[in-house]
Order: sequence, then C-alpha cells, then structure tokens
Amino acid sequence: MANLDHPIKKVMIICAKANIEDVYAALVMANGAVMEGIEAKVFFTFFGLDAITKKQMKKLHTATVGNPGMRMPGGLPFPTILGMIPGVEAGVSAMMKSQMEKLDIPPVDEFLELITAGGGEIYACKLAVEMFKLTKEDFSEHVKDIITIGQFYELAAGEGTQIIFT
Amino acid sequence: MAEKAYLGKTISVTDEGYLTDSSQWTKEIAVEIAKEEGLTLTDKHFAVIEYLRDRVLKGEALTIRSIGKSGVVDTKGFYELFPGAPLKKATKIAGVAKPVSCV
Repeated sequence: MANLDHPIKKVMIICAKANIEDVYAALVMANGAVMEGIEAKVFFTFFGLDAITKKQMKKLHTATVGNPGMRMPGGLPFPTILGMIPGVEAGVSAMMKSQMEKLDIPPVDEFLELITAGGGEIYACKLAVEMFKLTKEDFSEHVKDIITIGQFYELAAGEGTQIIFT
Repeated sequence: MAEKAYLGKTISVTDEGYLTDSSQWTKEIAVEIAKEEGLTLTDKHFAVIEYLRDRVLKGEALTIRSIGKSGVVDTKGFYELFPGAPLKKATKIAGVAKPVSCV
C-alpha cells in the first residue's frame, strides 16, 4: 500500500536531450503525474529543446551509433557500423514511433497537448534558447514560457515536490 | 477484498473501492460513489461513464488519449468533469476495474 502520509504533490521534470527515449521518458512521467492529480512542470533545455521546437519535434531520432541497448529485430546485437549507414537511424526511429503508436503513446505535439489539457506546464530554458538563437515563435503553442533556472526553482517551491532529470 | 453498503445493498469492492463485479453497478450507486469523491454527477458525467463501461465490458484498455478522441468528451473536458485523477475517478464511479494504463 502506498505511503499516504507524504504523497508527491508536484514533479519538476528536466529534459536535456533530443533522443526519442529521453523525450518520451519526460513526457510519459509528466503525463502520468497529471493523470494522478500530481502537478507537473517540464523544463526543456539544451538539445531537449528540439522536442518543443515546431520544426524539430516531429523528427526526433534514437541513436543507432553509440547505443549499446540497440538490437536487431529478433534480439541479435546491432552492429554500430550498420547504424552509420544513411537512413538507418531514420528507419529505426520510425519503427520505434510505430511501436509506440500501437500502445496509444501519441506523437510529441499531441503528447504536449494531453499534458497541458490536464493542467501540466511546459517551459523552455532561457539560457539554451539564447544559445540556440531561438524565439518564442519557434516553439509549440503548448510552451507556457521561457524561464531561467532561478524561476524554475521558484516554481518548484512547496512541500512534496520532486525534481527529476531524465 | 472488501464490501461496501450502497443504498442498502452490499457490493463487493477492492481495497481501493473499485467494484469487483461490474454487473452490480447501477446509476444510483454511481451517484453514491461520486459523492464520496466529492462530485455531483450530471448528464455529461453519465455520457462519459456509459462510454467507459461500454469499452471496458468489451475488454478494451482505457487511455486518456483514446477517451479524449472518443467524441464523447475531449481531454480537457475529461479533466474538468473528474478533477484530479480523471481516469481513476471515472472508472471507480463507472463500476469497472482500476485501469492499468500508463498513458
């Protein structure tokens, strides 16, 4: 039975990478929190900004080079040299996305819509936004604001908050 | 396994209050469970509840996404009707098993 004395009331999730698996880990955790009635705020920074950038959000990939968890269909090891061939990474990524679709895991833009519809909030990191020379207009309509890390900690204030870095 | 009395009838429920036998459910019982959750049911609530029961009794798994696309209610509306944890609350009121979905 769950410990009901100290429930988690708020999760602050940070996503700093653009790999499918990192972005989806953040999105599933945020959406799962909202579904449980837990306040959720997601902070995208560095390459993670791709997930909320209109131009990039539909083109996320998983790495086929330097990814030891990668296997061929059937379970055999996936040779790194194969992953270097043009188009392989895109193919593998498309396959992952179709597998997720079967489990009713939505594409990134729709996932952001689900999270915000439930009251979750999406933020972009000011420092990374400046570094990549992006503006508010480059981001999905579901991005609430561009904020500093200081503001992020202010939003985290309160008892029962957890900060999660994916 | 536990038991609960609703409107003079004894209903078997899980420790968390979900009906274990969906056929024991009635609209009147739904109103009582909703009261415990602090909700007053409207026709809109019942439209969603009927939809959820229909799908669960067909053996389908429920996800927030599929409910939002059902045409019965959109995602935002679902959160507004059953504030807090909509899927858990709505299924409890609908007298079906607690969903095990992650999305």
